[in-house]
Amino acid sequence: MLTKKEIKELNIFACEIRKATFSAIHGAGRGHIGGAMSMVEALAVLYGKEMKIDPKEPRMPERDRFVLSKGHCGPSLYATLAVKGFFPREALPTMNHGGTILPSHVDRLKTPGIDFSAGSLGTGISVAVGSALGAKVKGLDYRTYCIVGDGECDEGQVWEAAMFAASKKLDNLVVLVDYNKQQLDGWTKDVCDLGDIGAKFSQFGWNTVEVDGHNVSAIYDALEAARACKGQPTAIILDTVKGKGCSYAEKAGLCHHLDMTDEQFAQETALQDARIDALRKEED
Amino acid sequence: MRQFEREKKSTRDAYGNAVHELAKQDPTVIGIGADTTNNIGLKGMAKEFPDRVINVGIAEQNMMGTAAGLAATGFKVFGGSFGPFVAMRSLEQFRTFIAYPHLNVKMAGGMGGLSAANEGVTHQCPEDMAIMRTIPGNIVVYPADMASCDVIVKKLSTIPGPAYIRLGKFPFLKVFDENYTFEPGKANLLEDGTDLTLIACGTTITRCLQAKDVLAEEGISARVLDMSCIKPLDENAVLAAAKETGAIVTVEEGTILGGLGSAVAEVLVEQALVPMQRVGVRDVFTESGDHDPLMDKYGLSVADIVSAAKAVLARK
Repeated sequence: MLTKKEIKELNIFACEIRKATFSAIHGAGRGHIGGAMSMVEALAVLYGKEMKIDPKEPRMPERDRFVLSKGHCGPSLYATLAVKGFFPREALPTMNHGGTILPSHVDRLKTPGIDFSAGSLGTGISVAVGSALGAKVKGLDYRTYCIVGDGECDEGQVWEAAMFAASKKLDNLVVLVDYNKQQLDGWTKDVCDLGDIGAKFSQFGWNTVEVDGHNVSAIYDALEAARACKGQPTAIILDTVKGKGCSYAEKAGLCHHLDMTDEQFAQETALQDARIDALRKEED
Repeated sequence: MRQFEREKKSTRDAYGNAVHELAKQDPTVIGIGADTTNNIGLKGMAKEFPDRVINVGIAEQNMMGTAAGLAATGFKVFGGSFGPFVAMRSLEQFRTFIAYPHLNVKMAGGMGGLSAANEGVTHQCPEDMAIMRTIPGNIVVYPADMASCDVIVKKLSTIPGPAYIRLGKFPFLKVFDENYTFEPGKANLLEDGTDLTLIACGTTITRCLQAKDVLAEEGISARVLDMSCIKPLDENAVLAAAKETGAIVTVEEGTILGGLGSAVAEVLVEQALVPMQRVGVRDVFTESGDHDPLMDKYGLSVADIVSAAKAVLARK
């Protein structure tokens, strides 16, 4: 369980990630704001507390691995890595521009801290399975984490990987499903209804936990439960709001991909600064 | 016309045995299949190293992703399924998750070309070499027999990055021995000649050597090149053949759209225009049948090669 101080620090880290994400998306002029925002608390807990990583040694052999299956949401992962110091924050506004180290979809050969290229939806989970399986074969104790979008669970390959991971008892694998209920064409329930996504993973043999995806304490507890679970991979269903923490995206409702003007950038950054100030004033 | 002996086993067995031998020396060698580990010859390796032969079930797309994950964490991955399921069903996963990040994964397409034979169009894959050639950095090779397959697989294990190896189903004709040499992007000059060059790949090597014998009886001298590696292509060997023999016939067990013949034509048209003809499967779906008769039926008989050779000579 996290202490009150740790919760506060992780919430501040989440604000820093959002601010840095705005800097990247503003630099590009537009981007996948909705999905980048909805997974920020998960990134904050993974990179702020859960994962064994070293920004000075991105390819440290014993590091935990992370696969961003919903690779189009690279902006908030890049923001997280920049805030942690994997590369200079000045790189963020170059995102998506020619010659950048931060391409639209994550690329292991271009960006320090990115372990796996991804972004073609429905496939990252298989790569995570391979990473977790590799640890088992080699007898290593690193863990593998993978954030999967809810929309990409339309892809059959997600379920190929889910069945296989359970069959191999990959208890060193945690898949976090960003259940923000939207995809490119609209609401997931209208496009291809996912039904009970947690029950589906359970049926496939996974330990399944459903949490408020914007509550860092709940996310951390779920990751602890995953660590304690032996013989099964864990799926954490993150109940999230697409666009969370970007006021105009939240107001827009459907917010998969939006522009970010200079004014919007200034306004959203100021809102995060105000939230950081408020958090700092809270007692530890 | 010379004859060749039928081998006892197939290149699938040679592939699996080579990977097994590599695995004995190197703990990072791992095999993977999609309910196809036995089929691509990994049974022996699975017996000795059960943890290092992974079977994902009938799920080729997941196989590619899992292979990528294994390679990204330090394994040399040797996998495979049937040609169409590697080169088609899970092509995007191979391209984007293996080739694009340049991961060390060699994928075999078992029953490639027409070798799925009686299984018919669903399992045949005359398009595999052409498709796999379009992927940047991918090595694409069709071993002619067991001995060359063994040499090729062991050589590929020393080269990081992706590769596609087309395997057969039933035993091929023996043409090489353990002295076979393989270097990606390097053709083997099998027999020299002065009037034209026959460029062969995999199973068409024996047929080209037989065609050479038939042509010789008519006083025509043919060079025969082993171009079993169609990517990277040995452009120098093609250009030398153009310059020194003045006419070229490519002979491939696969569609003439995009494979060996296309690769050679691309070099010639830009650098050394000489009469050339492609021998291979025309733009048709093939049918069920035994492997060798199918090759004859779809334009790859020795007589077809001889006829193409005479046609290019007439254009010189």
